[in-house]
Amino acid sequence: MSAFGTVTHLVYVACATAFVIGLHLMNTPATARRGNQVSAGGMAVAIVTTLVVLVHDGGVDAYAAWALGIGAAGGAVAGLVAARVVRMTAMPQLVSLFNAVGGGAAALIALGHRPASTAAEVTGVLDVLIGAVTFSGSLIAAGKLAGRVPGRPLVVPYGRLASLILALSSITFAVLFVAFGGGTWALTGIAVAALIAGVLLTLPIGGADMPVVISLLNACTGTAVAMAGFVLESTPLIIAGALVGAAGAILTKLMADAMNRPIGAIIAGGYGTGDAVAVAAGGTQQVREVTVDDAAIQLAYAGKVVIVPGYGLAAAQAQHEAVALAQALTERGVEVSYAIHPVAGRMPGHMNVLLAEANAPYEQLQDLEESNPGFARTDVALVIGANDVTNPAARRPGNPVSGMPILDVDRARSVIVIKRSLGHGYAGIDNELYTDPRTAMLFADAKAGLAALLSGLHAYA
Amino acid sequence: MSALLLADLTVFTLALLVGFEVISKVPATLHTPLMSGANAIHGVVIVGVMLLAASVSSWTGYVLLAVAAFFAAMNVAGGYLVTDRMLAMFRSRS
Repeated sequence: MSAFGTVTHLVYVACATAFVIGLHLMNTPATARRGNQVSAGGMAVAIVTTLVVLVHDGGVDAYAAWALGIGAAGGAVAGLVAARVVRMTAMPQLVSLFNAVGGGAAALIALGHRPASTAAEVTGVLDVLIGAVTFSGSLIAAGKLAGRVPGRPLVVPYGRLASLILALSSITFAVLFVAFGGGTWALTGIAVAALIAGVLLTLPIGGADMPVVISLLNACTGTAVAMAGFVLESTPLIIAGALVGAAGAILTKLMADAMNRPIGAIIAGGYGTGDAVAVAAGGTQQVREVTVDDAAIQLAYAGKVVIVPGYGLAAAQAQHEAVALAQALTERGVEVSYAIHPVAGRMPGHMNVLLAEANAPYEQLQDLEESNPGFARTDVALVIGANDVTNPAARRPGNPVSGMPILDVDRARSVIVIKRSLGHGYAGIDNELYTDPRTAMLFADAKAGLAALLSGLHAYA
Repeated sequence: MSALLLADLTVFTLALLVGFEVISKVPATLHTPLMSGANAIHGVVIVGVMLLAASVSSWTGYVLLAVAAFFAAMNVAGGYLVTDRMLAMFRSRS
């Protein structure tokens, strides 16, 4: 190996080390941001090194240089602008979009590169297959989170038959490509089949399961990038791709566990939207309604209030209203804290991001373990658009939420629930908290309800 | 099987193991930023697209290259920035 080749290879190894260290630092909140910066630094060095390699080898013709330059500049600007202007509530679908284009780029590499060996052909097939499924699947997932594609599980007629046909045709094309010297057309056939398969696989999955699906697709993109690394015989792609593939798989497992959902059941689909669907609770049990003014007075004269934000708050983007109300209460001398369930919001950890964006004091944000012992001393628990994570039925076996860790909201002296309707959460069962005698329902959109409470607080108390 | 391929397979396997180990007990708070950070790392595909530029010489190849470059650059640039924005909101407990 030439001296130049040795040096660049060592630099790539250093970059890969930066990715590993960066990911490791992102395991704890205190060092997470620095971890991302270390990883970004490694990436910048890898890109510059590759540029030096291209200039040194001199193998890029003028048209290719322009295509690369214009494409990369356009993509970088599009990515930076989107990341800059995105509202934090819309961030999950943006991550999914970035994941889609990453998978698309990996698939295009195998389509554009003439394989040098049988191994490169096999990995090229895998690259196109995984990359294209991820591309279309992530786009559908992003569409579901953004509300462009219906969030409910969409049953595709003859979907399973179609998936089987697509799988068989992919295998046929793969055999034609590897064993019989089929050219780019065979790879293109695989790409088309995989694109359709990605859509068919994602459509039947409900919106509430999308975070786990995006994490899974993220791991798939990593694997596709590693395969692209085999095609190009490029070590940094193999290392970083495998790293993300494995780390993404573990993260998917962690997320599914936190949401109390088996991964197999998520992929099978057909379960839940996560949107508050207006289904009447039915049954004979009565719920008690409260007016805005009564609720405001109750809050104003409480000693300790715990705010329990849920999916409804995230969907209505009511984080600023919630924090304003909390601040007004704090100024009146009320002890206020937020009890944040691990899976509250649209993605695990999303609620912390939203409340932090609205400048909620960090010391008021409490996780499940911190907040549960405090509910017995709480005068009013204010539940904002949270459902399954507060259902006491989880303590009993034999129902869909059994065993799921919940916030002990029912142990507070009184409970006010702001919710648009008595609709079910994505577990699809009645919430016993709502029919508890100590619970009062305030039927409103989270944003409007909180604003009304705040003005009620100023007017009457 | 060539020595190069064997070396690549070794690296691939070890990198997988490192990936499994590097994510340990992550608090749920960090699940979304961590996913976004991992998403940015597979933006390394931009390096692959740059290497691809050395092997294309047809008009379809150029178009393919430009699209791939757009996709990869969007992944890597946007991925890191949006992760940083998320993490900037986690102020330390003081």
